[in-house]
Amino acid sequence: MFALTEKNKSIAQLLLNTGTCPRCVFRFCCVGLQASYRHPYKDLLRELHEFLEYNKEKEDTFCGEIIDPPCKRSRLENMGEGAEDLNQNGALQETSVADDVDVTMGNPAPKVCNVCLGILQKFCEMDFVKKVCQKVNSSDYQFTSFVFSVSLPPQLSVREHAAWLLVKEEMGKQGLSLAKEDIVQLKDAYKWIIHPLFSEELGVPVDGKSLFEVSVVFAHPETDEDCHFLATVCPDCFKPAKNKQSVFTRMAIIKALDKIKEEDFRKHFPCPPRSPTRICAALEIECTNGAIFVAGRYNKYSRNLPQTPWIIDGERKLESSVEELISEHLMTAFKADSFNFSSSGREDVDVRTLGNGRPFAIELVNPHRIHFTAKEMKELQQKINNSSDKIKVRDLQLVTREAIGHMKEGEEEKTKTYNALIWTDKAIQKEEIAILDDMKELKIDQKTPLRVLHRRPLAVRSRVIHTMKSEYIDDHHFRLRLKTQAGTYIKEFVHGDFGRTKPNIGFLLKRTADILELDVESVDVDWPPSLND
Amino acid sequence: FFTDVKGNLCEDHCILQHSNRICVITLAEAHPLLQNGKTIKNINYQISANCSRLQNKVSGKSKRMQGAQFLTELAPLCRISCSDGEEYTVYSCIRGRLMEVNENILENPSILQEKPSTEGYIAVVLPKFEESKTVTQGLLTQKEYEEVLLKRFNSTS
Repeated sequence: MFALTEKNKSIAQLLLNTGTCPRCVFRFCCVGLQASYRHPYKDLLRELHEFLEYNKEKEDTFCGEIIDPPCKRSRLENMGEGAEDLNQNGALQETSVADDVDVTMGNPAPKVCNVCLGILQKFCEMDFVKKVCQKVNSSDYQFTSFVFSVSLPPQLSVREHAAWLLVKEEMGKQGLSLAKEDIVQLKDAYKWIIHPLFSEELGVPVDGKSLFEVSVVFAHPETDEDCHFLATVCPDCFKPAKNKQSVFTRMAIIKALDKIKEEDFRKHFPCPPRSPTRICAALEIECTNGAIFVAGRYNKYSRNLPQTPWIIDGERKLESSVEELISEHLMTAFKADSFNFSSSGREDVDVRTLGNGRPFAIELVNPHRIHFTAKEMKELQQKINNSSDKIKVRDLQLVTREAIGHMKEGEEEKTKTYNALIWTDKAIQKEEIAILDDMKELKIDQKTPLRVLHRRPLAVRSRVIHTMKSEYIDDHHFRLRLKTQAGTYIKEFVHGDFGRTKPNIGFLLKRTADILELDVESVDVDWPPSLND
Repeated sequence: FFTDVKGNLCEDHCILQHSNRICVITLAEAHPLLQNGKTIKNINYQISANCSRLQNKVSGKSKRMQGAQFLTELAPLCRISCSDGEEYTVYSCIRGRLMEVNENILENPSILQEKPSTEGYIAVVLPKFEESKTVTQGLLTQKEYEEVLLKRFNSTS
């Protein structure tokens, strides 16, 4: 059944005559049935002509009556397309548009629609669908569904507005009205048509929540200037923004169209809009996959390996880092564009992290591969571990973005265990260091250490040393195991940092103390879950 | 090291710089205050009627330390008076923002003499990023300072 009814006829005729495509005619006639838009373009055009022809036979003068004088020029241009049906030879002769040359073959190539600029014409054809899908398939992504996003040239809103004014006026003559919201949105109609085609071609369903996005950006340079008059009429809608290339954003244009008076609009912009010579260009066809998160724990066995690349004045201090040793393998496996590394706290370059290791998480941006079995993850972990003896990774697993919060929570609240090798200037007895073992829940005040004062504001932070256990080595050396509140600066607790951490080990033992080696023995955060591997 | 600061013989200062450009200002070993028999009566960070180094407030993260007092080489940090009536002024010696003064020596002036190069420091100064290398150029290294001390010793004996 053809989608239009008797009451749509005058509008359909008007729009068709002024260079509007059948699908846009449907939109302005508020056809809400998706299937109607999916018919092949040629069929729609033929059916529309038949529909109107039938009308013409019944009421010969109808066409002439409804067309406004200002529309005449575009009407005549457009007649070329419908020449066969309307049998107006004069109009055919006037037509010089290249598109229409094969009119005599009885197979007219469609003229570019003056409202959608070809979006609902050529860009709904299989040629375009195939082109996009080829691009998707050649970029080699893993995906099980997709979401399709379209960016249309902003001037389409202006043309849509002009067409709406035209139709509204026509309906007004019949005592009817048309709210702008009732028109079927161009984007909606486009998606109704294109979604099933993509879905069929890619072999996966469309899902609005899919992490895999195929996006197409359309542009139409020929009509870019369509919206410029709005800036003179509504200057307050077009304020330059730093991050915008042009002031003519879609939102600004919609806002301006909302404000502008009808007569002002008509003064500056033709209603109906002029027919363009070319269709839109698909400027960009891009695919992106939502980020994937991988978590685990790492050990660091080296005293000259920083956690993240250590670069001063553009120069690398050390050739590698924990972050890079782990991420490079993940980047390869997930075929991602980039990564972001985060962890539960950090250790200095000369500090080892032993025991169960420190929880970390890595965000892989735009990964091409996303499906990994537990076995594959284990193999990946093995690969990382085989590649370097400076680090070791365990519990490597895929996690959700939300779960990463658990790791950051632990950063400030949880406890950490350290093992420090301490030197004292004056000889020390076993009994003297034993007093440390008896101290429980020792409160200390730390001023921001001098070594980080250049990047952290000066503050006094109160921290708790939960327990200490000393182990005598010789007159000048002993080991100390400490269990502390997260965020305690251990090195400063030992040497006192010019008396800026109080009390400190030197003060407690009444001599000068310094730290020779430090190891993190545990970071007590129970995330990510252990995998028993 | 900065010797004979402001022309005052032997009033040597020591500047310890960390690789992160933070500088700690201390008294050098030959400073009269550290010689035998001196007793510190009072340490005053109030260097003029309306400028106290204790009022220094540093806020804001990272690059721009807001509100810190800016010091030139000869900006006084504090005045230290002794029981023998002598008064000594300690200077910044380097250009930079005052990050912190040592409040501990106010309560306990003796640590200034007991541990002049650690807990008895005077102040912490952060040179400008672009000046972090040049601020120490006019100063003496540990070795050069020792040579100066040796010369002084030889000339007096």
